[in-house]
Amino acid sequence: MSDGPAAQSPWQTVTITRIEKRTPRVTSFFLRPSRPFAYRAGQHVDVRLTAPDGYQARRSYSIASAPEAGETIELAIERLDDGEVSPFFHEVAAVGDEVELRGPLGGHFVWSDSDGGPLLLVGGGSGVVPLMAMIRHRAARKSAVPATLVFSARIWDEVIFRDELIDFHDRRDGFDLVLALTREPARRPADYSRRIDAAMIEQSMVRLPAPPRFAFVCGSNAFVSAAAQALIDAGVPASLIRTERYGV
Amino acid sequence: MVTRGFSSGRKPPTDADARIPPGQYLEQGFPVLSAGPTPRVRTEEWSFTLKHGPRPIKKWNWTEFNALPLTKMTRDIHCVTAWTKFDTAWQGVLVDDILADAGIEPPTGFTLALSFDGYTTNVPTKDLTAGKAMVALLYEGKPITPDHGGPARLLVPHLYFWKSAKWLNGLQFTERDEPGFWELRGYHIYGDPWREQRYTGDP
Repeated sequence: MSDGPAAQSPWQTVTITRIEKRTPRVTSFFLRPSRPFAYRAGQHVDVRLTAPDGYQARRSYSIASAPEAGETIELAIERLDDGEVSPFFHEVAAVGDEVELRGPLGGHFVWSDSDGGPLLLVGGGSGVVPLMAMIRHRAARKSAVPATLVFSARIWDEVIFRDELIDFHDRRDGFDLVLALTREPARRPADYSRRIDAAMIEQSMVRLPAPPRFAFVCGSNAFVSAAAQALIDAGVPASLIRTERYGV
Repeated sequence: MVTRGFSSGRKPPTDADARIPPGQYLEQGFPVLSAGPTPRVRTEEWSFTLKHGPRPIKKWNWTEFNALPLTKMTRDIHCVTAWTKFDTAWQGVLVDDILADAGIEPPTGFTLALSFDGYTTNVPTKDLTAGKAMVALLYEGKPITPDHGGPARLLVPHLYFWKSAKWLNGLQFTERDEPGFWELRGYHIYGDPWREQRYTGDP
């Protein structure tokens, strides 16, 4: 006998089905949920780990995969040396392991093909992850929405999803990739070898057929502060700019 | 569910444990989170308006507002992204003192905090009065920097920190509990960290 249906826990167990190194510091973990999991590009999840003594640690991670990706969701996790959860993923987690996940979460830093564009995406380091979900969603939907990604990384080998992004760019279907390498010379003709600034944003927006209707900026706090200011200085109205800052 | 291979290496000492709400971890820094670019509000342009619905009750400029009684509050704060920071030291004007200066009792049971960038967040009026909340003007004795919400931010330390609206420019009494910016986007209507009310649907 029961008094009624038990409230379903918002947490669910997910299984790691694949692990793929993306850059020296960033690894993708593909997770298979145990319950249906519908999400929008740009949303994040909370991941919870539990120690034998009951101690729990939780962190938020953006989803890198497109909603159309199928039965697994991809988290691209950067290793933080003084972290508590990311070292577990990088050093301990193996295919077949289970962790607990809650989500999808967040209703602001999201974009769907049906929202339209043009779209200006600006990412620094692992801040590209939620933007990647939007870019993959755009490609999966064969969307004609014009989109430009300005992506800042220290060096060529730290450009997360580099080959896939260049492949999207080479389709010439309205998506442009602009790389800003801060510690190495640019390798592609239209790339930059400096930090993102207003002039770079202005030049990148010229690639769009019209001013952006949405601008998404994601990265560390210092990156987002500087990049959001660069957008404003380049004439993007502050009210169009949505930001997501990676914690500490 | 115990996670294979995960141990609580960073578990804080027991005396601190009691001050950390469930699911939170202790942070020494002061992370910055916001939904959009950081507004740069000059104090010459700053104003604070108390409203009942659409009707303004009283408006203060920066000089007038700083002439109100200043109170110190040192509190632990809890961000929904799971960090907790101990002993943050603020100075500002208690909501009680704002109401006293306006010569009113709270006209309704619900309040919306309003910000220069259009951000809003709802707080029951009883969570703002009786010394529970202030409009903070100083952090650790210095003007609050723009990225932490300066010139003035709401401080409601007993609720998750998204309730402590940055770049505050007003408080509006409402007849009903009206969800604000994050409350309309999946976050809890009240946000008590001790009951772990993070998201819509949490108890």
